[in-house]
Amino acid sequence: MKILVCISAVPDTTSKINFTDNDTRFDTQGVQFVMNPNDEFGLTRAIWFQEKQQAEVHIATVGESTVEPIMRKALAIGATKGFRIDAAPVDGFFVATQLAALITKEGYDLVICGRESIDYNGAMVHGLIAQACGYAFINTCVQLEIEGNQAKAVREIDGGNEKLTASLPLVIGAQKGLVEESDLKIPNMRGIMMARQKPIEVLSAVATEARTVDVRFERPKAKGEVTLVDPNDLDTLIDLLHKEAKVL
Amino acid sequence: MAILVYLETENQSLKKSAPELASYAKAPSGSEKTIGLCVNAKDSEGFNAYGLDELIVVGRPAQTISAEEVGQLVAAIAEEVSADKVIIGSSADARYYGSLIASRLGAAYIPNVTGTPEEHNGELLYKRSVFTNKGYAYTAARATKIVIGLAKNAFEVRENQQPLKISQRSFNFDAPKVQSEGVEKANGKATIADADVVVSAGRGLKGPENWGMIEELAEVLGAATACSKPVSDLGWRPHGEHVGQTGKPVATNLYIAIGISGAIQHLAGINASKVKVVINNDPEAPFFKAADYGIVGDAFEVVPALIEKLKHYKAQTA
Repeated sequence: MKILVCISAVPDTTSKINFTDNDTRFDTQGVQFVMNPNDEFGLTRAIWFQEKQQAEVHIATVGESTVEPIMRKALAIGATKGFRIDAAPVDGFFVATQLAALITKEGYDLVICGRESIDYNGAMVHGLIAQACGYAFINTCVQLEIEGNQAKAVREIDGGNEKLTASLPLVIGAQKGLVEESDLKIPNMRGIMMARQKPIEVLSAVATEARTVDVRFERPKAKGEVTLVDPNDLDTLIDLLHKEAKVL
Repeated sequence: MAILVYLETENQSLKKSAPELASYAKAPSGSEKTIGLCVNAKDSEGFNAYGLDELIVVGRPAQTISAEEVGQLVAAIAEEVSADKVIIGSSADARYYGSLIASRLGAAYIPNVTGTPEEHNGELLYKRSVFTNKGYAYTAARATKIVIGLAKNAFEVRENQQPLKISQRSFNFDAPKVQSEGVEKANGKATIADADVVVSAGRGLKGPENWGMIEELAEVLGAATACSKPVSDLGWRPHGEHVGQTGKPVATNLYIAIGISGAIQHLAGINASKVKVVINNDPEAPFFKAADYGIVGDAFEVVPALIEKLKHYKAQTA
């Protein structure tokens, strides 16, 4: 089984989000980039398949050379080969087109993306890949077992779960639950050393146009001060929620 | 050109998000025809209040519809009625079929849209939340067709009485690649996705045996229950209740956080909620900076007292 995990580099959750150039661009200055958490859950499951079911795990990222440290981390965790498509990721459609071209060329049985990246929250790349490649697609996947050509999965729905089956090839949107937080692997020294020797193939982007453009950005309005209510005066809280906030 | 809005149904009824989506579709005062599309809706008769010109009701034997099938249906009907805009919601399902519709139509897809577009240099800019609600982007489409995913609770329902033409029809679905083997869902319980109020609790509750009062508070408020990440990691509560960046997103009217310190990952997942109330015994808890109303106090005293006060309030206003 050949698995591709699509990885994006995103600002660490604790990063301050600022915009620059007249609010037309995300300000990356001082921002620490990390592997998108949803991708990391997917990668960890992929490595499980590599260890238990002799799968081969590759990773791919659409990005400029600055994303390579994140890719090296994924290789240190256990993926055997990386592909970097050398282009700034303009929008979800652009990224999906690049990855779909790679997937069509290499041929994968299973493609794992995070259910969404925590930067632009588009949650579309995996679906667009599935549609472009003609693969089955399961989103918000919290369990995945594969036997031969058959996948058994559970996806999270509003208020519950749905059991699903599909034949490979398959694209999934991964999230927490697929593996637990405690299953996430911290690369050890041997893994880090080995990752240095593993290949990252740099590919040029295929010609395509983005379908959306972010013209400008804005930060949320500053929030007002919290109104503190005395714990012995809960009538005031109910009154505020009813009359001021109008939510009761 | 027309605007097509896809309205989800459950048990043959339009879901709660339907009036909001229809109001949003109708909001631009242009002359474009607005058409609703839904599957197996029986009670659509009362739906003429939200300004749609037409409602297409597709009947099918199966009571549920998969994301792939929604993709097929919405794309085909959009072509048929010459819709250049397709409006969908932001349910877990919408975030599944949104990209499938866009792909089939060759359309741009802008999810998490928080309001009506504004015009800028001759094109429409859609405001959408990015960086998990820590910023907004004003996004333009570079394709002639566009799929717009409206964020939950982002747009007020607008009453707009108008005669509604309801057309019943069928549709030939291609066999989907993914088969459903069944759904597990707690019946009659408010879900985090749909509830107007969410009551959420964290490690400050000290153990799973103390959730009785949280469930009681939720019951009084008709709320869904949720929890912080550590609580779900510890196995005190089911995964499906975990809200935050790696859990479920919350965009509710009222979010009540009890014994949750307010880690940035938690706040990112819930800050699209309109009103936030925090109850915590630590006045330094970061959540107080993100909340609208706060009570510094012991949850084990405040919550039971609040339940009694709310019961009294509900009895009075009932």
